[in-house]
Amino acid sequence: MTNTVQASIESTPPDQTRGDLKLPIYLDNQATTPVDPRVLEAMLPYFTEKFGNPASRSHRFGWAADEAVQTARTQVADLIGASPKEVLFTSGGTEGDNLAIKGAAYAGKARGNHIITVVTEHKAVLDSCKHLETEGVQVTYLPVQKDGLIDLDQLVGAITDRTILVTIMHSNNEIGVLQPIVEIGRVCRQRGILFHTDAAQSIAKAPVNVTSQNIDLLSFSGHKLYGPKGVGAVYVREGVRLSPIIDGGGHERGMRSGTLNVPGIVGLGKACAIASAEMSKEACHTAGFRNRLRDRILGSLDGCYINGSMENRVPGNLNLSFARVDGQALLMGLSDVAVSSGAACTSAKLEPSYVLKALGLSDDLANSSIRFGIGRFNTEAEIDFVADRVIEVVSQLREISL
Amino acid sequence: MRRVYFDNNATTPVLPEVLQAMQPYFSEHFGNASSIHHHGQETRAAVERARESVASLLGCRSSEIVLTSGGTEGDNLAIFGLVRTGDHVITSTIEHHAVLNSCKRLQESSCEVSYIQVDGRGLVDPDDVRRALRPNTKLITIMMANNETGVIQPVEEIGKIAAEADVYFHTDAVQAAGKIPINVKSMQCDVLSISGHKMHAPQGVGALYVRKGTLLQALFYGGSHERSRRAGTENVPGIVGLGKAAELAAEGFTNGSIEKMRALRDRLEKAVLAELGSAGVNGEGASRVSNTTNVFFDYIDGEALVIALDLKGLAVSTGAACSSGAIEPSHVLTAMGVTADRARASLRFSLGKQNTENEIDFALQLVPPTVARLRDLSPVYNRDTVSQ
Ligand SMILES: Cc1ncc(COP(=O)(O)O)c(C=O)c1O
Ligand SMILES: Cc1ncc(COP(=O)(O)O)c(C=O)c1O
Repeated sequence: MTNTVQASIESTPPDQTRGDLKLPIYLDNQATTPVDPRVLEAMLPYFTEKFGNPASRSHRFGWAADEAVQTARTQVADLIGASPKEVLFTSGGTEGDNLAIKGAAYAGKARGNHIITVVTEHKAVLDSCKHLETEGVQVTYLPVQKDGLIDLDQLVGAITDRTILVTIMHSNNEIGVLQPIVEIGRVCRQRGILFHTDAAQSIAKAPVNVTSQNIDLLSFSGHKLYGPKGVGAVYVREGVRLSPIIDGGGHERGMRSGTLNVPGIVGLGKACAIASAEMSKEACHTAGFRNRLRDRILGSLDGCYINGSMENRVPGNLNLSFARVDGQALLMGLSDVAVSSGAACTSAKLEPSYVLKALGLSDDLANSSIRFGIGRFNTEAEIDFVADRVIEVVSQLREISL
Repeated sequence: MRRVYFDNNATTPVLPEVLQAMQPYFSEHFGNASSIHHHGQETRAAVERARESVASLLGCRSSEIVLTSGGTEGDNLAIFGLVRTGDHVITSTIEHHAVLNSCKRLQESSCEVSYIQVDGRGLVDPDDVRRALRPNTKLITIMMANNETGVIQPVEEIGKIAAEADVYFHTDAVQAAGKIPINVKSMQCDVLSISGHKMHAPQGVGALYVRKGTLLQALFYGGSHERSRRAGTENVPGIVGLGKAAELAAEGFTNGSIEKMRALRDRLEKAVLAELGSAGVNGEGASRVSNTTNVFFDYIDGEALVIALDLKGLAVSTGAACSSGAIEPSHVLTAMGVTADRARASLRFSLGKQNTENEIDFALQLVPPTVARLRDLSPVYNRDTVSQ
């Protein structure tokens, strides 16, 4: 330990260094991740030199771009055990969720009008479902147990002969809890129901395999796995048709029109290739740091609670509630640490997280919760700094309020 | 081998200044613009600065700009965002497939669509638009400049008609942005789409102008991004690139670069036509954006010509970049009354900000002899020219 810890909760101005640490420390890798330098390097030629439109069939600029896209498609497919033609490129996770859910609902109209999802899904899934409800689709929102996991019997019980789609996330963006995907997939497969999973938070962190996990549709986003923002992918099992939500030139087998974002796609492909090679090693690294952070905080503070199952959880995620402190004051005190008190998408509003509420937390505890998202580029010194900071700030806030 | 790119209507290279502006936002300032902490505030500021630049290019307020993933998404958002079951839409036969296929889907869901024909120059007659109005007309969607011919539509007159009839007016300005000045107020349009990669910004980003007060239903749900009109984490580097490209595009109207491009295009067009008979310009007689010329060379197969030119280092195209690979005569040229043979014998040359005089020389050395050689191989050409 080289860094010294100030005995004050005054906030530190951003972008300052303390010892060898650059502040603020970024521990919000579930909101977004920096682009890996290897990814950026792979992308750069495609902006200014190999800049062709892959739909240009009449010259080399187009062919080179098309080739790059096909390489990326293979890299994505390899990571999730799919075949390249089953991979569609999108503008991100939100579009992917919308396409998979609305696209499957519209395409499956003749077979039924019932969808099953879970209350802890990302807004992209929940709001897609809510929109479908305004169009007459019935949606069942399954509850979760205290640990964030669904009860499989409840899923089975919710299925009707009008059910066309089950959409359950691979892992949760706030608490990192991994759902029993293999079992969910098996139930859906047995009943002939399409299974979609939002894997934005699992890709590159936990094993995702569309074959062994019986997944029909899967969406994810580049910027959560050290790829760029503005690109994502949807896996569509061969034989499954989605009704497009964007019409036009008929790109991506007619399911997603629009000129392909070649540099973004190349970046996503590279990010997947890196994940294929390094995921297991990286998972040890981030899980180790996560456990170190947890053990240090829990070892020094009482009244701290872990939200969500520790057994079924992606490696880099820790979500803690701190009793007897004010959530806002806590975040302000931690201003030299970039963390989130909820999903980034909803953090503009000061409402207790609906995910934490679904676990049964009180408003107060939900409000005084922090999500720590540890990623590829975090260091042990950063983790120790954050642990010390948290312990210090929480202790001081509790003293003040005595 | 030297390679010259004259297919900027398909996509443009990102300008070095644009890439430079983007670069810090990948790995250094990488925050999610919705995050409330330092990293998020930093990228939020960058997104809002870029939005200002785009708004300034279009003559609107930054709150009226919705950032999208590109032109196709923008066209879809405009059309599906405004039109409901039972509505009537007026469009033209020469629109991009992003508009045409969206309209086709509307027809499947109990909407009516009128397709306005164009004249031989590729122009929509505003009176035809007026005559097509019905009591249930909700939207007129007619492009500002055509991607294949560069022909500029009378959008101000169409906007006036729309305003008088109190129907929405959307224009696809993807091929106009950066080439002709755009002012959403004088056009009286309610919605206008642009795409980054057609104006030297990257692929995967675009913008939709949505006039204040216009109720637009979203295409994607999942968060209150873009004032609830477009959910999804903002593509910060792409948006920063679009902002920079918008600034450079605006400068192009005052620093002479648009006139320079027009001069290059005109020189290419004139010289090619002077050297070759049985050739002409599609869209002749209409005003066209400064970078595009669509030339027919009768008796040749356009596909063969583009391949031959590519082998020699010149990248051009036969028209729209096409995702299906289908070789059908262009719907735009066909709509202008061009015969299928002539449509198949047509080539589009489209210039960008980086093309030079020297590259025009290069093209002029290549195109006439290549056309002549292909014609020599054509039995039809030999028969017709011998019998003349
Ligand atoms: C689980 C989950 N799904 C979907 C999304 C949305 O993806 P994107 O940010 O690419 O729109 C996110 C991230 O915000 C997420 O965490
Ligand atoms: C006139 C026009 N509209 C829309 C589009 C589609 O835009 P994008 O390529 O960004 O999807 C294009 C380009 O392909 C176009 O030329």
